[in-house]
Amino acid sequence: MNNLIILPLVIPLLAGIILIFFHKKIKAQKIISFIASVLFIIIASAVVQNVHLNGIQTLEIGSWRAPYGIIFVADMYSSLLVLTTSIIGLTSLLFAFSTTTAKRGNFYFYPSIQFLLAGVTGAFLTGDIFNLFVFFEVMLMSSYVLIVLGSEKAQLRESIKYILVNIISSALFVITVAYLYAVTGTLNMADLSEKIAATGQTGLLTVIAILFLIVFGLKGAIFPLFFWLPGSYEAPPAAIKALFGALLTKVGVYSITRVYTLLFYHDTGFTHEILAWLSALTIIFGAIGAIAYSNITKIIIYNIITAVGVILFGVAAFTEASVEGSIYYLIHDMIIKAALFFLVGTVIAITGTSHLRKFSGLIKPYPLLGWLFFVAAISLAGIPPLSGFIGKLKIVQGGFEAGQFTIAVIVLLSSLLVLYSVMKIFINGFWGEQRKEQELRKIPINRLLFPTVILIVLSIVYGLGVESISPYVSQAAEGLLNPSIYIEAVLKE
Amino acid sequence: MNKKNIKVNDLIFQTVTKIVVFIIILYSLHLFFSGHYTPGGGFVGGLMTSSALVLLLLAYDVKTVKNILPFNYINIAASGLLIAVLTGLGSLFFKVPFLTHSFKYVDLPLLGETSLATAVLFDLAVYLVVIGVTMTIIQTIGETE
Repeated sequence: MNNLIILPLVIPLLAGIILIFFHKKIKAQKIISFIASVLFIIIASAVVQNVHLNGIQTLEIGSWRAPYGIIFVADMYSSLLVLTTSIIGLTSLLFAFSTTTAKRGNFYFYPSIQFLLAGVTGAFLTGDIFNLFVFFEVMLMSSYVLIVLGSEKAQLRESIKYILVNIISSALFVITVAYLYAVTGTLNMADLSEKIAATGQTGLLTVIAILFLIVFGLKGAIFPLFFWLPGSYEAPPAAIKALFGALLTKVGVYSITRVYTLLFYHDTGFTHEILAWLSALTIIFGAIGAIAYSNITKIIIYNIITAVGVILFGVAAFTEASVEGSIYYLIHDMIIKAALFFLVGTVIAITGTSHLRKFSGLIKPYPLLGWLFFVAAISLAGIPPLSGFIGKLKIVQGGFEAGQFTIAVIVLLSSLLVLYSVMKIFINGFWGEQRKEQELRKIPINRLLFPTVILIVLSIVYGLGVESISPYVSQAAEGLLNPSIYIEAVLKE
Repeated sequence: MNKKNIKVNDLIFQTVTKIVVFIIILYSLHLFFSGHYTPGGGFVGGLMTSSALVLLLLAYDVKTVKNILPFNYINIAASGLLIAVLTGLGSLFFKVPFLTHSFKYVDLPLLGETSLATAVLFDLAVYLVVIGVTMTIIQTIGETE
């Protein structure tokens, strides 16, 4: 029993509830949500350290024994993700403080952010498959509010698509869980894993595994289920885009990883092979989208899809190196995507347009912005001293070890296209002469850049300090590769 | 519900409502308290109570009902959530896992031997959230022009 691991969920939840009472007082909201986010980071780091020192931590909610009650499990993988979530949460809040108008701020904007963080954290920490569904819904409900808040025309149109897709995928989730419950008779993940291992993965269970891939693929935007993402993610304001881009799809990725490493790992020749090829196609289509557009928001959005493919290929190859690589890359990608959305949001706030051909020469009036973008761009592509390198290296290494030569080469080539797509923004937008007809708006640039600086510095430290992070990541990978560690910690036979 | 334009006399409706609303509310409270041993509980109790309030809204207009019951329903929902989380956090003080409930048999003056469970507090939270959310939805749609 360890009540510490429920706190990362309780803090944003409690903060969200308290914020409802103060929804007209913007200053009070800012102070309360800032304090809650700082507290969240502190608690999340404590959880990571605790798991590192004492192994997997579990909490049987309401004192009910493991297969019968809901259980919260903090293994290294989920606690690292919770820590990253808390950092993204704080920086998004800082960005939102200076960009959110009273039109949004008065209407439960900050409570929704806290509820979103609570949903994401809960999804990472729960050890029960139906509870995972509930936290998905908590997260999605808050994201519905955040995507539509402000009632611009594009937001209304895109929120209808977004809600429709997610309701269908949620219904499919419930049906899949019903099938799984009918076959195994349990909902606890550790118990499920044991039951599946005992009977062997029959054809029916493989079908359920593919259904889970479809469900989480719709949430996490893999090929061919990513069609809703480019439009929906363009609608909300920049701070919300960063939250969505860094957290929401990653929860889908987390769930696929969890389900395919803990439950359905017996017929890898079928399930993991499908996952590998789907992730290859995801990478290809993401890269095509990223180089096709000259809308800077769209370019970053398609880069999310590419990254989802890269991370899932690491899981599909299922060797020690590739799983470690996908963990490195997942954390790197959450940080760098948030930073890129902040940067793009800042550029749009300055120029008033997201079209690449309508502005240039930003490096002279805004040198810090330009160089931050440059560092973020080469970090995204995976240039050695920065954070994107180690993850991709290990994924490619693992891919070659697993004999997936074609897809590993696709991952390598995708880096080039990703680099091209973001360098296109840098070269066309920041270099060159300033256009005469374009006027730059006066905005408090330093306050907008502050959260970005935090994330970029973090990303550089992450890249340079791989040595000191690696024990944590290898502990996480070990947990994913050996389900017995997880099962023993939960069921304590 | 603009009474000036439409010449209707809903005297019977309003008189019946005055009596029926109390019966519905009593029944909803009965449902709420019986949830532990028989079908019922916070969710259906809350829905029943809000249906009584909706009946009031039908018989009178939004303004009159707001004068009778001057509640901010969003705050009611939020206090419900607060109670639920605090019930869970209460277990932390006794060094047991989150949301651990306990109960005790107590001799109450009129009711005799009754079991008092902390789970009722959680149900009360559900009850308040359901009322708050339902009434917020209905009043918001009702007020939109």
